[in-house]
Amino acid sequence: MTRQRSILSHLYLVVFLIYLMLPLLIMAGAAFNDSKLPTVTPWKGFTWRWFEALFADERMWNAFANSLIVAVAVAALAVPIGTAAAIVINSVSGRVRATLYGFMVAPILAPGLVIGISTVLFWNSMGDAIGLRGVGPFSPGLHLSVLGQVSFIAAYVMLLVLARIQSFDPALEEAALDLGASHGQVLRRVLLPHLYPAIGAGAAIAFFQSIENFNVTLFTRGTQDTLTVYVFSQVRAGITPTINALALMLMLFTVVCALIYEVRRRRTAALQQAREDEARRAEEAML
Amino acid sequence: MQDLLRRYGPTLTGVFVLLTAFWLLALVILPNVSLFEQSFRPYLPFAEIGGEKDVYSLDNYSQFFGDAVDTSMFGIPVWISLHFLAFLDTVFYSVVVTLICFAMAYPLAYYLAKVAKPKSLPMLLLLLFIPLWVSEALRAFAWYIILTFNGPLNQMLVGMGLVERGIRWQQGVVTDFDAIVAVLVYCYVLFMLLPIYTAIQSLDSNQIEAAEDLGAPWWKTHLRVVMPHAKPGIASGCVMVFMLSAGSLLVPSVVGSTSAIWFPQAIYTQFNDAQDWQAGAAYSMIFLLLCIVFVALMMRVFRVKLSDIAK
Repeated sequence: MTRQRSILSHLYLVVFLIYLMLPLLIMAGAAFNDSKLPTVTPWKGFTWRWFEALFADERMWNAFANSLIVAVAVAALAVPIGTAAAIVINSVSGRVRATLYGFMVAPILAPGLVIGISTVLFWNSMGDAIGLRGVGPFSPGLHLSVLGQVSFIAAYVMLLVLARIQSFDPALEEAALDLGASHGQVLRRVLLPHLYPAIGAGAAIAFFQSIENFNVTLFTRGTQDTLTVYVFSQVRAGITPTINALALMLMLFTVVCALIYEVRRRRTAALQQAREDEARRAEEAML
Repeated sequence: MQDLLRRYGPTLTGVFVLLTAFWLLALVILPNVSLFEQSFRPYLPFAEIGGEKDVYSLDNYSQFFGDAVDTSMFGIPVWISLHFLAFLDTVFYSVVVTLICFAMAYPLAYYLAKVAKPKSLPMLLLLLFIPLWVSEALRAFAWYIILTFNGPLNQMLVGMGLVERGIRWQQGVVTDFDAIVAVLVYCYVLFMLLPIYTAIQSLDSNQIEAAEDLGAPWWKTHLRVVMPHAKPGIASGCVMVFMLSAGSLLVPSVVGSTSAIWFPQAIYTQFNDAQDWQAGAAYSMIFLLLCIVFVALMMRVFRVKLSDIAK
């Protein structure tokens, strides 16, 4: 690569990063503008009042709590389902495997609104079939949001666990069985410990995917709000910069999480490096 | 299957199979069967459900094509229903979004995978991922602020003397869908970047050097060496971006104007405002069909398998 092109590509990276960040910074800036509309121009002076308004906004807190409840429920369902599915699909082969795999990854590709609508219709007609139309569990509500979200989030967990299970040596289970371990022990003490990193990542992805989710939730939620739906309805209904205050807090939370992750990653990498150096020195000393 | 029984015993195997069956049947297959079935039924008041009027028909689908009006598409006058027009617009502009995202993401993906220093890479990826962790609603909202009439973009342009008066961006400048396309690109470009980056990363750098040593110009190296290798990533990125764009309800609602109807908005209106779940189901079926056709097309064009796309 010539010098000129390399400078150009560095420049492109910088421009791209600015393009990604600038809108978010403008949105954050508007949280401090003393103007009734969310904007940075004209600047009417610095204020904290939108943060005060945010903390007084009960609907927002209610929506926030709903988002958390749904996300925990989704993770609690999607992780066991996804893990079980990965174990099942790993034990079959050939055409059965291809068909199962197709059905399992299809929900990832299906549009959110189709998942949402089909979930509502299915449970509603189930209710019809047993004569309980519109009663509790069969009418739209957050529980249907959970089921709708699980239908595709379980697929993410399945893919993660399946990738991890490939590197598992089945002979370990044989050994455990030969040595008299019970079936439960084989699962709990041999297979699951190997899968924990993937299960942990799956749980995190399930949680955050659920918090993020808009399309499925919008169609299944009934009259309840989650945070993304609340933000949406506020944006549509004409808004005050309270939303900007909320956005800024969420972004700060994200950045802090990202930084903690990065610092931990670097520390582990450094530790790993130190151990390898140590091992090499020990090896050299022995020779 | 035999293997599962031997390793985990009948109880645990039963639990695994039941969990998988619950997922695939109750959450994936049966809801879609239900969607299909309902889409052929009429919208009736509660008392008449199951009565003599409750028969299967294609009414919901003909509603999609029916009620044709004089309108125009890309300036050409056409005679089609507004919902069908919304559908065609959505497909066309989603393809535009996908192409723009590819043009923006490919150079950067190559840069990250082959040019950037390995040491600075984790930090760069982290920076790139921060916007992805900010909710889509908020990212769309950020552009709502930028594009409003008295917003920073207009202020800047007027301040620099480039335009005399502010522009109503949300109404569109070239087409009605300008603002929607721009914001969809912003929201989904990273979904194009990541799979292409992963795909290029696994390319042996020696191949690129060999091509250059043998005198290939840079564009030919990309066209004949890098892109063929990155094909699964490109296919995956295109599918993701197209589906997310065509299925987006948030972005068009936040930054769109009343003259630009995105197809999911038409579905939402049927389902929510008109409470006509059956017509909503028919529209969803049409939309689902579009998605299946698109994925099949991508698999055919790029010659990749489903497992390459859904990762």
